[in-house]
Amino acid sequence: MSATSATSARPRAGFKVPTKWVTISLFLLPALALYLLFVLVPVVQAAHYSLYKWNGLQPLDNFVGLKNYATALGSDTFRTAVSNNFLIIVLSLAIQIPFSLSLAVLLNRRFTGRTIFRVIFFLPYVLSEAITGVVFSLLLRPHALIDSGFSSMGLGGLIQDWLGDPGFVMITLFVIISWKYFGFHMILLLAGLQGIPREIEEAALIDGAGRWQAFRHITLPLLGPTLRVSVFLSMIGALQLFDMIWVMTRGGPLGASNTMAIAMFKAGFQSQQMGYGSALAVILFLFALVLALAYQRFVLRRDVEGAVTAFNG
Amino acid sequence: MKLIPTRFLAGAAILALVASACSSSGASPTPAPVTTPAPGVATPAPLATPVVTPVPKAVTIEWWHITTGEPGKSIFQGIADAYVAAHPNVKINITVLENEAFKTKLATTMQSGTSPDLFQSWGGGIMQAQADAGMLQDITAAVAPWASTINKGALSIYALNGKQYGVPWDMGMVGFWYNKALFTKAGITAPPATWDEYLADVTKLKTAGIVPLAIAGKDMWPSMHLWTYLALRIGGGDAMAQMIKSGNWNTDACKAAGAEVVKLNALNPYQDGYKSATYDNEAAAVGNAKAAMELMGQWAPGVEANDSTSKKGIGADLGWFPFPTVAGGKGAATDGVGGGNGIAVGKNASPEAVDFLKFFSSVYNATKLNASTPATALSPVIGTESAVTDANLQLVLAGRGKATFMQLYLDQATSPAMGTAINEATIALFVGASTPDKVCAAITTAAAAQ
Repeated sequence: MSATSATSARPRAGFKVPTKWVTISLFLLPALALYLLFVLVPVVQAAHYSLYKWNGLQPLDNFVGLKNYATALGSDTFRTAVSNNFLIIVLSLAIQIPFSLSLAVLLNRRFTGRTIFRVIFFLPYVLSEAITGVVFSLLLRPHALIDSGFSSMGLGGLIQDWLGDPGFVMITLFVIISWKYFGFHMILLLAGLQGIPREIEEAALIDGAGRWQAFRHITLPLLGPTLRVSVFLSMIGALQLFDMIWVMTRGGPLGASNTMAIAMFKAGFQSQQMGYGSALAVILFLFALVLALAYQRFVLRRDVEGAVTAFNG
Repeated sequence: MKLIPTRFLAGAAILALVASACSSSGASPTPAPVTTPAPGVATPAPLATPVVTPVPKAVTIEWWHITTGEPGKSIFQGIADAYVAAHPNVKINITVLENEAFKTKLATTMQSGTSPDLFQSWGGGIMQAQADAGMLQDITAAVAPWASTINKGALSIYALNGKQYGVPWDMGMVGFWYNKALFTKAGITAPPATWDEYLADVTKLKTAGIVPLAIAGKDMWPSMHLWTYLALRIGGGDAMAQMIKSGNWNTDACKAAGAEVVKLNALNPYQDGYKSATYDNEAAAVGNAKAAMELMGQWAPGVEANDSTSKKGIGADLGWFPFPTVAGGKGAATDGVGGGNGIAVGKNASPEAVDFLKFFSSVYNATKLNASTPATALSPVIGTESAVTDANLQLVLAGRGKATFMQLYLDQATSPAMGTAINEATIALFVGASTPDKVCAAITTAAAAQ
């Protein structure tokens, strides 16, 4: 491959198109090789390991077929983990994104200090998940800042065992996740809003549309592409949830805050059931893949279409 | 025409990149432990090739330990330096890792088919898995001449089926660490000797407005030890060994232990937020005199001090008593739950590595571990006991010395999967989300899946 591609790369008047493709593929090769080596090969390996009962050290010779998958799907712990992932997705779409959108619309107006507000709201996103987890773990300890905050406002009755109550822990975690990520979605949507020419909205207002009507029928549709990307990132993020929850609860108490990624890590690296852990990894991969493909196919399609056709033309 | 060399160069550069990527992938394959050789092949016969050459050849010993705190870290370094000074041909590369990082790094290293020459070990199920995979060296013959210098029970933790794979440098016993001042305040004159007395004392502490016992729901294992002790006191050492061996935990001892936990739970003895507390939160509660007791190993005083606001813990108020006996139980008051730290020997370690272990385990060096402030370890090397100055640690040592049966920490005696299952099953009981029968059934199910 090496010699032929190098020689055929010499420019000749009649061979413009092949030369172009050779160059492109040559430039793509390193990235492709890395992608193959570090993404696709491990995916295939995980799928392979998932068919074995294996502790990661012994020889890979105890073939169990799909037993690991059956165990996973029959396990209450893992089912809780899956439903927790989807709970976060639903809550994010229902609460976090609308909240970010309203903030973005607000901060898109001109007023003094809006840059400061933008920075303040974006700031939590800059923190790493681990640091966020540690900080909130401290704040949420009994009688710590959050509890005394509630008490001093006379709301002592609302105090919960924030991270210790299996029935409440996911709510606590969702609030913290939202605190960390609303700023990111806000900035994304703000950028989208700034890409919408003011004249269109002004024209609608002149034509007699109310503020809400202008937002609903002009701004929102034009913000569509950004919104769809924001929703997509939020969904994928919720599926992969790990760091912060690991730091704060390690999936506890009693597995109430397990996510698929946490269940996978526990099985693989705590219990050293690498085969079972790989099966969980494959299930997580399939969830993410199906969700991503379906979303691309049915929702993002109109946004991507333009780009692809433009490339061919 | 100018384009030709540029393009050619670019193409060549890319090809070089690809080539290097490919070659490196060939040299260091992604974790593919399929190729791990069979255990029998990988374990070299010790002493088969003794190094008896006039000029000793250069040897490097890779040593991974997790003694990140001072003074232990410096003591370890000092012992290694002393050995190297006496053996100029030997070089010791020390890698100091934090506990969790060590476990992850060791697992991935072993999956790629190699292991450090010397590394931290707790014996038990993990060591068993490492031995099964052929990652450890059988040092029975090499250790035999000096094995008698080490506490037999402690040494046996690092042996499997008569083969020695490592050497202990720390061995202690789990017991109750308590705040004498708080006990006095609650009107308790002497530490409880029986479980009934213990429950009565918990009630007294509660009445006096003191949190009796700190546990750690997030880390799970501290309360697991309490449950283990109850099972051991009720069923005795033989029943415990039998449950581990057979995997059948649906026994009277197991269920009765759970029933005692339910009795304890009913007194509401734990600190606020115990369900999500870490071990550090637990130690801080005792170290700040916010809780009267914790059930913990020999390292408790140091951690309590470190996690306390004053960084000094409760000082002279701290006391220790062994786990109380349970009325009608088959276990002796001298049976214990314990464990400690050791150094395991990797499959490719040189004879010098084992010789260094001997040096490390000499009375002279082991005494340094015991004599440091705070004590780095409770060395199992015979003749080092008197170097321990702390009165409480002397009590732990006495308990260890008198032990009629010593159960290694249950989450380490078993496989990692079993250990996790035991921790998860027992914590569910302590937070009131399970029943004694369910705990025994869950552990039995986990054992059956092994």
